[in-house]
Amino acid sequence: MSALLQQPGYEEERLQTVSKKLPCREVQAGMLLSLMGQPHQYSYPSIFIYGHQSSGKSHVLNVLLKELELPHATVSFVECVSVALLFEQVLLSFFGCDAASLLPRSPSLSDFVRIYRQQSSQSPAKQTRYIVMEKAELLRDSDANLLPALLRLQELVEDNVTVILLSEIVWDRFRPNTGCFEPLLLHFPDYSKGELQHILAQDRNPSYSDEFYSAYINILLGVFYSVCRDLRELRHLAALNFSKFCEPLAEGKVKETDTHKLWRNIEPHLKKAMQTVYLREVSSLQWEQMQQMEEKENGAVRGLSAHTHVELPYYSKFLLIAAYLASFNPARTDKRFFVKHHGKIKKTNFLKKNEKTSNHLLGPKPFPLDRLLAIFYSVVDSRVAPTASIFSQISSLVTLQLLTQVSHGDQIDAPKYKCAVSMDFICAISRTVNFEIIKYLYDFL
Amino acid sequence: MSKRKVNDAPLPVGTCISEVQDILRKRLCHQQLPDTPEGVQAQHKHLLELLKRTAIHGESNSVLIVGPRGSGKTMLLKCVLRDLLEEKEVERNLLQVHLNGLLQTDDRIALQEMTRQLHLENVVGDKVFGSFAENLSFLLEALKKGDRSSSRPVLFVLDEFDLFAHHKNQTLLYNLFDVSQSAQAPVAVVGVTCRLDVLELLEKRVKSRFSHRQIHLLSNPTFSQYLERVQTQLSLQDDFPDKTFAQDWNASVKTLCEDKSVEDALQRHYNSSKNFRSNHMLLMLCLSRVSVANPAIKPADLLEASKMCLIDAQANMLHGLSILELCLIIAMKHLNDVYEGEPFNLQMVHNEFKKFLQRKSNSMYNFEQPVIMKAFEHLQQLEMIRPVDSSSVKTQREYQLMRLMLDNTQVMEALQKYPQCPTDIKQWAMSAYG
Ligand SMILES: Nc1ncnc2c1ncn2[C@@H]1O[C@H](COP(=O)(O)OP(=O)(O)OP(=O)(O)O)[C@@H](O)[C@H]1O
Ligand SMILES: [Mg+2]
Repeated sequence: MSALLQQPGYEEERLQTVSKKLPCREVQAGMLLSLMGQPHQYSYPSIFIYGHQSSGKSHVLNVLLKELELPHATVSFVECVSVALLFEQVLLSFFGCDAASLLPRSPSLSDFVRIYRQQSSQSPAKQTRYIVMEKAELLRDSDANLLPALLRLQELVEDNVTVILLSEIVWDRFRPNTGCFEPLLLHFPDYSKGELQHILAQDRNPSYSDEFYSAYINILLGVFYSVCRDLRELRHLAALNFSKFCEPLAEGKVKETDTHKLWRNIEPHLKKAMQTVYLREVSSLQWEQMQQMEEKENGAVRGLSAHTHVELPYYSKFLLIAAYLASFNPARTDKRFFVKHHGKIKKTNFLKKNEKTSNHLLGPKPFPLDRLLAIFYSVVDSRVAPTASIFSQISSLVTLQLLTQVSHGDQIDAPKYKCAVSMDFICAISRTVNFEIIKYLYDFL
Repeated sequence: MSKRKVNDAPLPVGTCISEVQDILRKRLCHQQLPDTPEGVQAQHKHLLELLKRTAIHGESNSVLIVGPRGSGKTMLLKCVLRDLLEEKEVERNLLQVHLNGLLQTDDRIALQEMTRQLHLENVVGDKVFGSFAENLSFLLEALKKGDRSSSRPVLFVLDEFDLFAHHKNQTLLYNLFDVSQSAQAPVAVVGVTCRLDVLELLEKRVKSRFSHRQIHLLSNPTFSQYLERVQTQLSLQDDFPDKTFAQDWNASVKTLCEDKSVEDALQRHYNSSKNFRSNHMLLMLCLSRVSVANPAIKPADLLEASKMCLIDAQANMLHGLSILELCLIIAMKHLNDVYEGEPFNLQMVHNEFKKFLQRKSNSMYNFEQPVIMKAFEHLQQLEMIRPVDSSSVKTQREYQLMRLMLDNTQVMEALQKYPQCPTDIKQWAMSAYG
């Protein structure tokens, strides 16, 4: 590991604490610290730090600014629903609540800068003041002047202030058309697998040995590393699945050192977790509950990602099928599919020059109501004469978001629809009414 | 001048370094004004004369300072003001109003700010004005001297001038220019902008009231001038407390600038941008590497700093993608090649990816659709891919058309640098067709 952080003007002890709290981020912390310089020295007016989620951007800054007791305001734009809160937060942190209360209702940037200048001329910065903006990309959605103004805040308020922006999006996507004060760019690289292992292993529960826990983290990374490198997410997964990993140990079936057996036990479990927890289909709490349930039932491993099953009325199912066909088949093929006794269907008959991609790759196309009804009447069992309730069923399919209504501005009176369900879903629905949908899909001819 | 006593006794190196950091950071990070701005003497003289005519002789005027970002417009103006205010009479008389298009986003806010800066809040009180013009002339009237014989000159500075042209009816600009033309009160209006086409933004009636004086800052230094500038920016002046240290430091800066590799690196920067500000960033990165252990800027420091400035940020981000995300990017690259940049959706990308998987028996990359969807969304969140149009709210996510915001070379370079990139994936990326 690299040497401890060094920078004159700070207490040796504090620097040591900082570097202990920032494993695998010593280089970045050192870089930042050298840019910040001694507390009283000017730092670059704006610094833009980018890197993937959980690459330690906020963590490093928090630790540095807190441990070294530097004047700072950290603002997360998610929390700051309005710029008013941003201004308030900054004034409050630097000058106290009296200053913050000077802001008028719905303050403008002009108000903020005026009050800031007023306050800082009364109490000039003895040390560089830092404003940290988390999720800086959200600044772009705000008032167009906010980002350029923050970038040159030092010039605007004439104070020793540095604005640090954090984002997972590269700076090039921020630059306004007429340019702005360019911030200094600093990259936080992703953690390597080894570094992740190192950091995650530090969360070890003291009742287990280092080797045992490391082995667990190693297995966990083996499963998840190819899809996810996000430390926060991995840490969450590690905590959630550890008890399962320990199970065979507790039951006395396996020794701590028998990594292979432990691996065989946990791997399917982790794979399943990938489908559920990782995708946030279930919350971690639910996942834990499900695990408990499972243990009670002592049943086989069930797939947890089964979609909510909708029970539809009989005609609605056919309507949905018809909608699916209308969405994925070219309209000119309808005759072939749905007019009885048409003769043999040959795909080459329809093939057009530019039709190189399958309709299933392009997604559903909108169709008018009459086409839907035409297909519906031909696929539904003809003995049952449908009534006016068809229309209400269509609208309830729309409400269930199985169909979407697309309105084109110029054709307000002729609504169009699109089918919004997946292939798997429609196949399942079709089976329940004994309809072989594959035979009617142009793509699968 | 109660500066620290300059003596010849050597100071501890720590103190010297600390002092160097203080001085140079003020220059590089705090836009400290130079004693004489370099290379803009003519502009400086022009502007100074112009403002003197208002401040001393009571003539009205208007002028625009135009130049690209970081070219020294603000610096020029501040230097001129500093020099102007050296005259006692000016200092006593001249009133200044500084507005910035970023802050005063409409004319009401601008007027409020003007009133405040002229200390007229109490005079205005609760008065209600019929129009902007009425309000402005009230302000100017209120500034008249006690004997009411003459007005005090007022300087209006409008930084980011072009933004004021977006205010409703350009009322503020119209009225300021109008006053600067009529002899109501001696005012000078100085606009500062980086838009060379700024006049085209002005309405006819506004434009016709503008003096059409422009001061351009389009400095285009030669490379040797640029090199010299780097040297002066880093050099210490005679008032440095430790003479010997200063001499050594300056000598080391000189050696630095003569180094061949440094010159090459600086040439690259010169070719991409010549303005002071981007130069300051580079030098600041060098300065940050100076410490007691490394008491001078070495060529390696500058090269390292230069590398940091020129690095491709997108490549940095690609490095941190998961292997699945990287595979999706490769699939998109292939789609881009085959369909000549036509947009694609997730289904197509997934399909392309599957084609690759089918050719391999390895099941390592068999991910379910939702996992792939999540990866796809992550790429979108990182703005590596962008939806073609946002109007398609009702399209299902997997069919939304997207474009890849990276070019082929970026993708290929990222692959080379990707940690432990499997060979088959590299080959897939390099193959002509997916
Ligand atoms: N001729 C010069 N001599 C010395 N320093 C200069 C010169 N020109 C510019 N600088 C320095 O370059 C930096 C950028 O200049 P300045 O802020 O005036 O640019 P600007 O044109 O106002 O840019 P923007 O359009 O972004 O406001 C400042 O630190 C300034 O001191
Ligand atoms: Mg400027």
